[in-house]
Amino acid sequence: MSNIMPQPKTDPIIPFPLNVETVRRDFPILDIHVGEKPLIYLDNAASTQKPQVVIDAIQRYYMLQNANIHRGVHYLSQKATDAYEEARRKTARFINAESEDEVVFVRGTTEAINLVATSWGSRYILEGDEIIISHLEHHANIVPWQMLCERVGAHLKVIPINDDGDLDLDAYEELLSDQTRIVAIGHVSNAIGTVNPIKTMIKTAHSRGIPVLIDGAQSAPHFPIDVQDLDCDFFIASAHKFYGPTGIGFLYGKAHQLDAMPPYQGGGDMIQTVTLEKSTYKKAPGRFEAGTPNIAGAIAMGAAIDYLEHIGRANIVTYEQELITYAKERLQKVEGLSLIGEPAEQAGAVSFALDSVHPHDIGTILDKKGIAVRAGHHCAQPLMKRLGVPATARASFAFYNTKEEIDSLSVALEKIRDLFV
Amino acid sequence: MSDLTDLYQEIILDHNKRPRNFGKIDQPTHFAEGHNPLCGDELSIFLDVQNDKIDDVSFDGQGCAISKASASLMTERLKGKTVEEAREVISEVRKLLIGPEESEPDLETLGDIAALEGVKKFAVRVKCATLAWHALEAALEGKSTTSTE
Repeated sequence: MSNIMPQPKTDPIIPFPLNVETVRRDFPILDIHVGEKPLIYLDNAASTQKPQVVIDAIQRYYMLQNANIHRGVHYLSQKATDAYEEARRKTARFINAESEDEVVFVRGTTEAINLVATSWGSRYILEGDEIIISHLEHHANIVPWQMLCERVGAHLKVIPINDDGDLDLDAYEELLSDQTRIVAIGHVSNAIGTVNPIKTMIKTAHSRGIPVLIDGAQSAPHFPIDVQDLDCDFFIASAHKFYGPTGIGFLYGKAHQLDAMPPYQGGGDMIQTVTLEKSTYKKAPGRFEAGTPNIAGAIAMGAAIDYLEHIGRANIVTYEQELITYAKERLQKVEGLSLIGEPAEQAGAVSFALDSVHPHDIGTILDKKGIAVRAGHHCAQPLMKRLGVPATARASFAFYNTKEEIDSLSVALEKIRDLFV
Repeated sequence: MSDLTDLYQEIILDHNKRPRNFGKIDQPTHFAEGHNPLCGDELSIFLDVQNDKIDDVSFDGQGCAISKASASLMTERLKGKTVEEAREVISEVRKLLIGPEESEPDLETLGDIAALEGVKKFAVRVKCATLAWHALEAALEGKSTTSTE
């Protein structure tokens, strides 16, 4: 493993390696059939499946804890508030934040980036300023910045990639200028699995006093994250991509960053006092959580974090790296198949083309065989254009996937090629 | 697998492999781009209409087997037809692909296009089949772009 891959630090290495047959039993949905075929779920970069403990946490909340938080003095309100704030502490521990006050609950990665672009952006970005993203980004880390640029007359600068799908780091250094106000980059590409050397990139930006936002939607599911070690200013992720429910995620921001940011949305629970003339706001993170939040979601995200720690983050890294290495080797044996992007470090996803067969046709036929993959542009149209393809087929992995499933995918692809070519 | 065999009939696979009337027409009288934002597929339709008759029609772009075959079948069917006849074909195609269960499209009007019937069982793929037809309608109405969404 090279030094680009984050080394597990916070977890003790569990002496028992991951047993895939055992962990599969934790996920009830893996037993379903699609038609008559057993489900082979290889669309984990879009959303992961949920272990029973996460499903139970949601049920337990509504059966035994449900009430609004931070309001009532009654028993249930106190219980719900405690569980919600406990989830914040778990999330802080999950990424090794210095304090749970640096963790804001949001709907997901998209909302988190919009929050930073809107709130942080309104404070710091002026006409003529520059924002740096990369050519690998998901639309969620492009469009909010474009909207900000349009609002204030700032400019979006894009770190180019090479043909393997790795960022051009020399170009990155050249892009950093006296006008650069923030660098916003993905940790891992959702479309082709590139793991970016973010620690070095953060250091480079910081040496010029430029803050960095990391879109961790595709890294939090796969590696331990240590925001203090990375020294990033913002780190964000969506729970549903790391085995938690949809509609909940988190924004980590360094305390001094969050404290300097104006509120994002106004409403109940984010205020200190309200008069009809003027309101004052809570400190972070409360300032950014207007209205009744997704309480059950936050608590269940906490359950997902507990589950990942129980499996062992280091075990997950080891098992998944073995899986993706096997997938690349096996898929390349399929005649006519070419991998899209061959980054130096890869995690989570493998994108491929199969001769002239369109990814949608691949997706439809695989579906009939019970195999779920993503076919399309992966919400990364600029990247697709750069790679010269309208779309790709993508298999993306979780620690409950097996080598046998990769074999089934490969055999199915061989048959598809026979049909179309 | 019978649904799949219905979807990918020989005739569809053939039009996908060897699309008819593929490429641009020089100086078309009508032109439109169709875009499916869901998958990023793009097709352009070119028409040369003289005295209300489609003298030439072609398509260009990239798409899946269904959208390519649909466009290819369309061009084959429309060449030499009047604009009014083309509208009749459009109306039958609508019945075939998005009409209610009980609608009975006129198979004679449709010709080989009827091979697209299997798409109906694949809800997410219907837009692939209708893309070229949306573009055709837009071109005939003098609009230059259209979208399936």
